[in-house]
Amino acid sequence: MKLITAIIKPFKLDDVRAALKAAGVEAMTVSEARGFGRQGGHTETYRGTEYQVDFVPKLKLEVLSSDDEVHTVVDAIVEASATGKIGDGKIWVTTVEEVIRIRTRETGDAAI
Amino acid sequence: MESGSLAWKLVAAAMVLFMTPGLAFFYGGMVRTRNVLNMLMMNFYCLLVVPVVWVVVGYSLATNPFGNRVIGGFGSTMLHDIVAAGDGATLANMVFLAMFAAITPALISGAVADRMKFSAWTVFVPLWSLLVYVPVWKWVYGGWLGRRGSLDFAGGTAIHVNAGIAALAAVLVLGHRREKPHLPHSMPLVMLGTGILWFGWFGFNAGSAAGADGQAAQAFVNTFLAAAAAGLSWVLVEWRRDGHPTNLGAASGIVAGLVAITPAAGYVAGSAPLIIGAAAGAVCCFAVRLKSRFGYDDALDVVGVHMVGGLVGSLLIGLFARPGFFGALGTFRAGLFHGGGLGLLGEQLLANGSAMVWSFAVTVGIMVVLKRTMGVRVDPETESMGLDLALHKETAYHNGALT
Repeated sequence: MKLITAIIKPFKLDDVRAALKAAGVEAMTVSEARGFGRQGGHTETYRGTEYQVDFVPKLKLEVLSSDDEVHTVVDAIVEASATGKIGDGKIWVTTVEEVIRIRTRETGDAAI
Repeated sequence: MESGSLAWKLVAAAMVLFMTPGLAFFYGGMVRTRNVLNMLMMNFYCLLVVPVVWVVVGYSLATNPFGNRVIGGFGSTMLHDIVAAGDGATLANMVFLAMFAAITPALISGAVADRMKFSAWTVFVPLWSLLVYVPVWKWVYGGWLGRRGSLDFAGGTAIHVNAGIAALAAVLVLGHRREKPHLPHSMPLVMLGTGILWFGWFGFNAGSAAGADGQAAQAFVNTFLAAAAAGLSWVLVEWRRDGHPTNLGAASGIVAGLVAITPAAGYVAGSAPLIIGAAAGAVCCFAVRLKSRFGYDDALDVVGVHMVGGLVGSLLIGLFARPGFFGALGTFRAGLFHGGGLGLLGEQLLANGSAMVWSFAVTVGIMVVLKRTMGVRVDPETESMGLDLALHKETAYHNGALT
């Protein structure tokens, strides 16, 4: 089992959600996050003074997947969130030891 | 003007000024977080540019000379023929009317929310004020429509129907928002804005009487009752229809009632404000659904609330106008229920119809010219990432630990 974590531009969430749904993903978690990568931050202006905002708003998506579906899920996220411009975000995949659905106590792939 | 009336007129003017920030928050709470500053700025911009337009030439073209039935003259440009000699009544009335001129184009901002270029808005507002607001105001107050006997106490036709149909014209040229409809980012702001509007509206309606007299008191009472009845009827309709009483329903009902009583405020009495308010709340509760049926993207329901609510109130004057109640102040025509026959209703239809034709046609003209020259839409990326940061370089909420 894998945990797919994706950092995306906030306004791409609807597109990504639709793409994941189409790819058969039935659950995901979204958090509002801030950070910087190569994009750096952005500037805002108040009374003529420019302020550097280093940590820009992003969304962090977490999706669990079985080993054989991980590429489908990653491809769906990449396809839906890419604008081709700097700041599109990043995806990383980590191995998960165990998953438990609390209500039914199912474990493993059945709990995803 | 005696001192009591002058004092009331000045206080009422300040109350009407406060309505524009109230409207800004009413609308601002309804848009998404990334566009709220753009919405506030569209409204506050009206308070920046319209007073200038009004003083330079707008007031003059709207009021001077009253002998002409279609448009005023240049006799009062830059206020040069207005002096403070005597009681200052003319000055007080000029500034009172300036507040109305400022909030009218601000009403349209709710329809074009989330996607209009701010630079286009900065040109649209002064052009619309001069080419639409000023002539329609002139026709209704002392111009050809008013002289025929149609009634509009505080601006139902001249302001709400006018801005509502203009909002429809504007969004037809502007087009749909690219993304699915957005949820309100702050309902508490919407409710606060509603309260400010209701408070200011007492100045709007009761301040439109000739002085601090019985007609002003009746307009005040009518404003109070119609808003309450409309909020109640909207909530009851949606509770039965959709299953839940909502804050946005109550707020929208209150505003619909205030809009509807505006043209009637100084002409009706007794139970009429309750009936007008209840009718407006129920009708507008259905009218806001017209946009999905007819496919225009009126983002915050300016057409459904202001145009429809204004028409409800303006046409019901044809039934409820009651000059007998106002004694010496009752110098207007009576409605159907008070012995006046159907004549007044006919005049109300003609006045609103004429204002709507002019407003719609000229607004489409302004928007098309702007579209072909400077463009009226933000680019798709700006629309997606939000207008606040892209157009204003500001962000509304820096309340996280990281900023």
